[in-house]
Amino acid sequence: MDKWADNRAWFLVLPVFVVVAFSAIIPLMTVVNYSIQDIFGPGNAVFVGTEWFKEMLTDKRLHDALGRQFLFSGLVLLIEIPLGILIALAMPKKGWGVSASLVTLAIPLLIPWNVIGTIWIIFTRPDIGLFGVGINSLDLLEVPFDHTARPAYAWITLMAMEIWHWTPLVALLCYAGLRAIPEAYYQAAKIDGASSWAVFFYIQLPKMRGVLTIAVLLRWMDSFLIYAEPFALTGGGPGNSTTFLSIYLVKLATGQFDLGPAAAFSLIYFLIVLLFSFIFYQALLNVGKGEKVS
Amino acid sequence: MAQIQLDEIAHSYLADPRSADDYALKRIHNVWDDGGAYALLGPSGCGKTTLLNIISGLLTPSKGRVLYDGQDVTARPPENRNIAQVFQFPVLYDTMSVFDNLAFPLKNRKYDREAIVQRVKEVAEILDLTPFLNKKASGLTADAKQKISLGRGLVRSDVAAILFDEPLTVIDPHLKWHLRRKLKEVHDQLKLTLIYVTHDQVEALTFAEKVLVMYEGEIVQMGTPEELFESPQHKFVGYFIGSPGMNFLPCRLEGSNARVGAAAIPLDPETAARGAAARGTLEIGIRPMHLKVHGTAVEGGVQVDVGGVEDQGNFKILTLKLDGFTLKSRIPEGEPIPESQAWLKFPPRRTKLFADERLVG
Amino acid sequence: MGLKLDNITKLEGDEIHLKDINLELAPGSRNVILGRTLAGKTSLLRIMAGLDKPSSGRILADGRDITGVTVRKRSVAMVYQQFINYPSLTVYDNIASPLKMKKMSRAEIDDRVQETAAILHLETMLDRRPAELSGGQQQRTAIARALVKEADLLLLDEPLVNLDYKLREELREELQQIFQQRRAIVVYTTTEPGEALMLGGNIVVLDEGRTLQAGPTPDVYHHPVTTKVAEVFSDPPINFLKGEVHADSALLGTNIRIPLKGSMQDLAPGRYRFGVRANHLVSNAHENKDVAIQGVVALSEINGSETFIHVNHADTRLVVQENGIQSRRIGSEITLYADSGSFFVYDLEGRLVASPAASA
Repeated sequence: MDKWADNRAWFLVLPVFVVVAFSAIIPLMTVVNYSIQDIFGPGNAVFVGTEWFKEMLTDKRLHDALGRQFLFSGLVLLIEIPLGILIALAMPKKGWGVSASLVTLAIPLLIPWNVIGTIWIIFTRPDIGLFGVGINSLDLLEVPFDHTARPAYAWITLMAMEIWHWTPLVALLCYAGLRAIPEAYYQAAKIDGASSWAVFFYIQLPKMRGVLTIAVLLRWMDSFLIYAEPFALTGGGPGNSTTFLSIYLVKLATGQFDLGPAAAFSLIYFLIVLLFSFIFYQALLNVGKGEKVS
Repeated sequence: MAQIQLDEIAHSYLADPRSADDYALKRIHNVWDDGGAYALLGPSGCGKTTLLNIISGLLTPSKGRVLYDGQDVTARPPENRNIAQVFQFPVLYDTMSVFDNLAFPLKNRKYDREAIVQRVKEVAEILDLTPFLNKKASGLTADAKQKISLGRGLVRSDVAAILFDEPLTVIDPHLKWHLRRKLKEVHDQLKLTLIYVTHDQVEALTFAEKVLVMYEGEIVQMGTPEELFESPQHKFVGYFIGSPGMNFLPCRLEGSNARVGAAAIPLDPETAARGAAARGTLEIGIRPMHLKVHGTAVEGGVQVDVGGVEDQGNFKILTLKLDGFTLKSRIPEGEPIPESQAWLKFPPRRTKLFADERLVG
Repeated sequence: MGLKLDNITKLEGDEIHLKDINLELAPGSRNVILGRTLAGKTSLLRIMAGLDKPSSGRILADGRDITGVTVRKRSVAMVYQQFINYPSLTVYDNIASPLKMKKMSRAEIDDRVQETAAILHLETMLDRRPAELSGGQQQRTAIARALVKEADLLLLDEPLVNLDYKLREELREELQQIFQQRRAIVVYTTTEPGEALMLGGNIVVLDEGRTLQAGPTPDVYHHPVTTKVAEVFSDPPINFLKGEVHADSALLGTNIRIPLKGSMQDLAPGRYRFGVRANHLVSNAHENKDVAIQGVVALSEINGSETFIHVNHADTRLVVQENGIQSRRIGSEITLYADSGSFFVYDLEGRLVASPAASA
């Protein structure tokens, strides 16, 4: 819709410009600045061009972190999206159960992210954590469970925490999408003798395309950029096993003061996220689009 | 094909209905013959969609039974009842092609591939959809989509009845002609029982052999379009059918005349006799097209004032005032229109008498 | 206020929504925009309201250019197909909302709201919310909200299309009376020729974003200048037959002779399309019906007091609308009769070259 050009409206937009400039554009420019220079101290910087980029792209530890990151995001999408859809399908459509389930689902979303990390640390502790004590008392494992004892345990705890935290978002989005489907489609499917699977595959899933696009994009971006929860839970350990990209870059930048390389890869990081988001978006929106027939 | 019988059906959407007002359907007791084309006609909220859903099995009635060919199917879900339903807006599986859409009901019932292909091709031919079979269903126009919805019902050769819930709502007026003709052709060719729900009298009367007029949860009259038009049993039928509807004037009986104010309107002697025996508020009813309008005084004519004229192309609608009441008359194209005063003649055969809203004679 | 649209065009990427629309709407006039779905009626209304900007062209109100003026500054009210009301406000507050924005006094608002509610028979519903009302009542509330503003331009976009046909009839009558008492320019869009005829006033026939014809409604109905206008402005559809004009008669199809009468006598010999409306064909011979068309009955539809007979003549489908009940067997032979004076003659480009003498 073409809105009229009302000059006064631009003044209302100005504060947004200023805020975005300060909080995003200028810092971004600073990062670009760092990525092409080697800074020894205030006023003491040397232009190095693409040297940091080359160094980062060949850094083995970075490749490992990147690999872990893709694995993590991949697992997140593979588990959270179907699980969210299933939960949405199971949620009641009428009555007091609706409000009850909506509120219950929303609770994990309301907790501050590093608190979530802390909750799960305590939950999995072998001495006082419900899960830790419980699984160790079953005596099935060689090495007693402790979220930092082995990489496998760290990953399991991390995935469980991530799924517990964010699946409700997917479920809520899918629920909204499901509620928008007119009753007539279900009635027609009944009359056509469709099985529940057919109803899901041919009616519910296609009609949820819009909300699923949002869910996938959001979960992709958030999980690929994840920082607070794993840092709070494992600090990146044991060893490097849960050092994801953000954690690695932050260690580089603030731990070792290697601002240059960190800045360089941050830019590449940003571009990777954009690229994949674009791919997902195009794929989801164009799947199932037919040509117009007059 | 099946004969459908509704045995003392009543339905309420409330869990604990107490009075008659709590019932969406008050009492439906009816038989629909095999192969007939029926229309359920009534205003919004009269219960026609509720009744349709009870027939199809999408809704279980609070009371009463539904029988197909004598068998009680009240507890059976829609997929076991051999019916098909076409909804107000096209309901399609938009990820599938037209072919797959039409084949879907047969696939679910495990027909073999060859039988499916043949049947789908036959139905596509009947509905003029053959050129579109391989296209994606979502790209077609609204009327083509409704034809696909209809087609999904026709592919099943064992279908007992096809139910239509205001199917032409989203169709452009000039395409409605085409689709109505198609529905009639399908009915003539395949001799299926068709039940059509609508609030549009033109659709109902042109489509159906028998029309059931519903009002506030009850069937007020069931009959052929002609019967409903000429002998409405209830004032509502007279009002609802016909554009404009029947004119009603409160009156008193005097011998074989009905008196409206100072005017004396002659009635058929038999009608008058029945009227004398009847109790309740009396009204005469006459359809606008039966009123004879004269520009000059005539013997036996009732003098009225002319209100306004509306040109409808094929005919004109004249608004007339008698004793504070408004009457409408329908005048064919080309006939002269009186300016300010007119004299009306009420043909006795066409003048109906109603007592307490029910037809007396 | 008089409204003038000057060469309005609206393009959306490659799609033409409106092209070269030129209209002049006199103050206090009633205007109907007739067209099929996607003809551009809603786009045109939105541009008149100021909700959309035209890609090119100007809108003038009383000679002043208001093309760039935002809708908030214009004196316009609009009613939509979907009964649009503020769901959380009562009917009273809904109707009062435009007045509250204008900062009128409480007493004045109350007066106006009560007055408008009375016109639309909503006095007893004032404290209800839209969700508690029936469709017809919701639309009345929307109409009341539009009327109470006393705007100079009142736009209605197929306002009755979502209502039962009887409710539609009643509201249409009420609307006509309401329009008669207003000074505003009324613009009403519809897809139904019958509705256009009932509303009267002036009509603009729109097709694929272009004006096909404009003028007083009965005139356009009786003189559609192109075959497209005739098609859009007919219900039942108008019947067309190809024919050839010779010296003193015309031959329709292969075997229908028409004596040339009236303005048809001035036609140059050649090929033409002949159009006749469904209600000018009858199935019984009559002394002044001098054209006979043979055909086969495809379908017979009875509409209470009228019959629509669908007839196949050669490979053309014809529709006949007749008074009275006529049941015809499908497949039976039928002869249709018409008065040669009731034919519209169009040249091969679709332009009107001869039309029936003006009727009463």
